[in-house]
Amino acid sequence: MDPILETKELTYSYDGDDAAEKRLVLNGIDLAVERGSFVAVLGHNGSGKSTLARHFNGLFLPLGGAVYVDGIDTAAEETIYELRRRVGMVFQNPDNQIIASLVEEDVAFGPENLGVPREEIVRRVDEALASVGMTELRSHAPHLLSGGQKQRVAIAGVLAMRPECVVLDEPTAMLDPSGREDVLDTVERLRAEYGLTVVLITHHMSEAARADRVVVLSEGRVCLDGTPREVLTDVDALRAVGLDAPSPVLLALALRRRGADVGELPLTEEECADRIARWLETEKERV
Amino acid sequence: MLKNITLGQYFPGNSLIHRIDARFKLILTALFIAMVFCAKTPAGYGLIAAFLIFVVADSRIPPRLILKSLRSILIFIVFTAVLNVFFTKGETVLFSWRFLTVSREGIVFAVSMVLRIVFLIVGTSMLTYTTSPILLTDAIEALFSPLKKLRFPVHELAMMMSIALRFIPTLIEETDKIMSAQKSRGADFESGNLFRRVKSFIPLLIPLFVSAFRRADELATAMESRCYRGGDGRTRYRVMRSAARDWVALGAAAALTAGVVVLRIFGL
Repeated sequence: MDPILETKELTYSYDGDDAAEKRLVLNGIDLAVERGSFVAVLGHNGSGKSTLARHFNGLFLPLGGAVYVDGIDTAAEETIYELRRRVGMVFQNPDNQIIASLVEEDVAFGPENLGVPREEIVRRVDEALASVGMTELRSHAPHLLSGGQKQRVAIAGVLAMRPECVVLDEPTAMLDPSGREDVLDTVERLRAEYGLTVVLITHHMSEAARADRVVVLSEGRVCLDGTPREVLTDVDALRAVGLDAPSPVLLALALRRRGADVGELPLTEEECADRIARWLETEKERV
Repeated sequence: MLKNITLGQYFPGNSLIHRIDARFKLILTALFIAMVFCAKTPAGYGLIAAFLIFVVADSRIPPRLILKSLRSILIFIVFTAVLNVFFTKGETVLFSWRFLTVSREGIVFAVSMVLRIVFLIVGTSMLTYTTSPILLTDAIEALFSPLKKLRFPVHELAMMMSIALRFIPTLIEETDKIMSAQKSRGADFESGNLFRRVKSFIPLLIPLFVSAFRRADELATAMESRCYRGGDGRTRYRVMRSAARDWVALGAAAALTAGVVVLRIFGL
């Protein structure tokens, strides 16, 4: 295994150093994210998932333990900007992360900060905008865009820094359903195109189902970790940490309780429909 | 209510005025202001008016909008006119009643003051009407960059300005939203005397400020994530290039200013 992100016994608290009794938001997290993988981090509000995300590019520094990006300690001051280039971050509120008054200018913001020569910035902006399908709206003002489009601009802004990993902190929480699809499709496409490592912080089960690994946090600890099929079908364990399994899983379980054998639990609506259709076929044959 | 703020708004276009380099336009505006304060004679004012009419006509900005920007300072204009008419001491008294006297000089002075104000407002709004705020910020940063040597935070101020500009529409939208929310719960922003109306804005301003601070915090985090570390070592995506027309415009404006000064000296 070749981890790009690694946390070792990571602890964190918002109470500062001198607080006598610290309430730990992160309480001993050991996690390694493999290069090129797509990891979804699930968790209830206050489970520490956003706090964890902010450790991956050195926005927060560990209280105890350590975080490594490509083997570099995030606490090392001299490499912090290189680290932030490698690990791009997309935040929840699309309005509060767009800095410039024009789409293309905003995409250029990262490379400008890195001191990339102008011709190269132009090339990167063109490429990043094309990758997220925003070329036509490049000279628009960001406040005229939809939520999904704004998030795509934010992703383009990260891409223009040529990152190796993208951490998305609930990027769809403030979007309508079509914007949500839009953003996730973009993320998945880019992952395939550039071989990016993707860490998606979310509380939508259907989004987590698209990942190839799901990590569930609760009270600052990793409580479940596995493939989506392992984690998302574990209804009881999810319920114990205040999460509901994806609705296709719950539907299939309800059917099962009523005596319909739909086979392996489905994760997506499509899968669920297939299982039900197959079961109806077999029922018809039996009659 | 908040949609009709036009002062300081940009109208995209492709006219000569639009295409003049923002740095030059800034200098032109400074020259224009100097011109307005130098003018003293009808011929001088006529020259400035002609220049302004040319600029407005060229920019293709509907005159209606320009009148609208004047309407917002109408009270100020009227106030200036009235004060100057009544309180300028002059020799040729036309009318007198108790402590109020109207003299010929007073009227002339009032008219010239009003003209100056109108010229200044129209002239400076032509700058913001025809220059995108981003280019304007860039121009300010470029023109003031020599001050960096005196450790004056030119880049930081320009960055702050561009962020402020970026967030104006966002905050206006938010204000509208909060107002609707308050109205739906019975808040009244439109009736009552001035004091009451001002007071009714407090429940509007508090949530607006709270959210603005939260936005600022999140924006700072996002900027940090994208490796922002001040102006040092930063490259620019957009570069400003001056063309021949910029120098021609500057020359023309300088000549015009000289003309106004000459008219003043000769008292024409």
